[in-house]
Amino acid sequence: MTALLGLAARSAWNRRFVLGLVLLSIALSTLLLLGIERLRQDVRQNFSQAVSGTDLIVGARTGQVELLLNSVFRIGSATRNIRYTSLEALAKHRAVAWVLPLSLGDSHRGMAVLGTSVDYFQHFRHGERQPLVLTQGRRFESLFETVIGAEVARALGYRVGQQVVLAHGDGAMETNDHADKPFTVVGILAPTGTPVDRTLHISLQAVEAIHLDWAAGAPLPGQAVSATAAAEADLRPRSVTAALIGLKSRAAVFAVQRDIAAFQDEPLMAILPGVALDALWELVGVGERGLQAMSALVAVVSLVALVAVIAAGLNERRRELAILRALGAGPRQLLMLLALEGGLVTALGVLLGVLACAGAVAALAPWVQSQFGIGLRLQAPGSAEWLWLAALLVGGFGASLVPGWRAYQLSLADGLSPRI
Amino acid sequence: MTAETLFALDLQALRYRWPGASADTLVLDSLRLAPGDKVFLRGPSGCGKSTLLSLAAGVLLPQAGQARLLGQDWAGLRSGARDRWRADHLGYIFQQFNLLPYLSVLDNVRLPLRFSRRRATRSAASGADSAEILLERSGLPPGLWRQPAGALSVGQQQRVAAARALIGAPELVVADEPTSALDEDLRESFMALLLERCAAARSALLFVSHDLRLAARFDRIIDLPSLNRAATEPNNAAVPR
Repeated sequence: MTALLGLAARSAWNRRFVLGLVLLSIALSTLLLLGIERLRQDVRQNFSQAVSGTDLIVGARTGQVELLLNSVFRIGSATRNIRYTSLEALAKHRAVAWVLPLSLGDSHRGMAVLGTSVDYFQHFRHGERQPLVLTQGRRFESLFETVIGAEVARALGYRVGQQVVLAHGDGAMETNDHADKPFTVVGILAPTGTPVDRTLHISLQAVEAIHLDWAAGAPLPGQAVSATAAAEADLRPRSVTAALIGLKSRAAVFAVQRDIAAFQDEPLMAILPGVALDALWELVGVGERGLQAMSALVAVVSLVALVAVIAAGLNERRRELAILRALGAGPRQLLMLLALEGGLVTALGVLLGVLACAGAVAALAPWVQSQFGIGLRLQAPGSAEWLWLAALLVGGFGASLVPGWRAYQLSLADGLSPRI
Repeated sequence: MTAETLFALDLQALRYRWPGASADTLVLDSLRLAPGDKVFLRGPSGCGKSTLLSLAAGVLLPQAGQARLLGQDWAGLRSGARDRWRADHLGYIFQQFNLLPYLSVLDNVRLPLRFSRRRATRSAASGADSAEILLERSGLPPGLWRQPAGALSVGQQQRVAAARALIGAPELVVADEPTSALDEDLRESFMALLLERCAAARSALLFVSHDLRLAARFDRIIDLPSLNRAATEPNNAAVPR
């Protein structure tokens, strides 16, 4: 086998240009397969790490995926807000330990603004129930103070003490800026790999304050309220987008969910984050499987090209096969020689693809993080990736058995005198 | 030891017909080569020379009769054992030399050693059969030894092909029209090397050629058409190969 492997390598090197092109196509297929799998896993990892330790998410009645996407991932917008008084009532439920209100809708240079209570910094958990950690400064205390996520600080170059102006809605129009009420950065959070990194956190009272002179999404003409005047106004929150709820005991989760669904004052719904995530994966799973199928198809095309290249060169190599037979190589060894050659090209292509994938992840991770908030991790292939790699290697070797079998038949028919 | 083992090659009552052919290609009563024998085999194209060589090398098996190498009937060996027996005891020189162009000269000469531990051991032990010595004796300059075989001239390739067949001193060397593409000078140097090395190793030599000028150097001259009864047997329109 060693003798054959050496010969297969030398023979392949002799036809390095054509086989190099096939190797490149296998490498690209591998890159595609691994890249999609890496992205899929990291997106799921990022999503599943975005919230932990929260038992229920409460919001206006809508789909559970919509509520999850809106409240946790800042994707899309809520159908309507819920009354703050409803949250106060829920906070008094005997099974509820804490309630974290979430008020979304404003933004700052593409980053989300979240109005919440100061308890958020105490109870919110991400990843493996990790708390939020301040790397600089402190939590917000005064009205126009903000605590920013790590990515906000990094991407926009913000430091503690910096003044920032929030925008109403997505900030597409300059006239929608809350320029009259600038905020001061008082704290910067450590990176979490979750949407928190791309969020500016302010108090619920601050949300009320910047919207005192706004109605129906637009400034009220001639009714400008200064920052000083706003600070003295009644800033009790009237409504929020959603809320995260922590229970004293997880055993009560379904009972509390039922109670919220039956809430009398307004129609509410409560979702379990894990269940909603499963529903989300089910939803996006079709697309994921489609992408995987396309990548697999590209890989199959590459392997077919490998077989075509080896098989096309077979007629020219009949003398080589006859020499090897005369020297003592059996037909089965010739079959193995060609299969090993294909296997070798596949293995090198796969290796190149793995390295290219690692390089692409390392090069693109900062950009993907800043553009999409998804942390790509440079790490050894996981079980799913190993499965793809094994399938490629076995497929490449298996496909090479086709020209190998042809060589076997030719060597039996030709003997020592190839009829070329 | 039986008497059969005295013969390097022993073909008896041999009958071979190619699959799908309507008549026998080769019908041969007896052909024996003792160790050290030098046999010149002649015959026109299509008289069954290639078939005979493939049967002698155990690449083809006869439908009837026996083909033995060093007393071992090829038909008595399983496929893998047959290939190993050929690798251990037979050197083969092709008409076109058939070197592997992607291997160096030295690697081409050493190629049989990849398939035969016995010849590798013998080559290493004797020294006289090492690739370097064989190439040196064949007059190939050392500067060419690490060059790809495809870069050599025809005469140089021929000497490499001879060294490849002779390395590890196989008991039988089969040469299939090896001088057909050579000019007189090259033919002479090639024949001198081949006969000298076969004599030194006591290898039997079955030399196939149309060139009767070479025949005088051999112990025996065999005319294959007169030996092959396929064409003369009644009801057998021979289809030689």
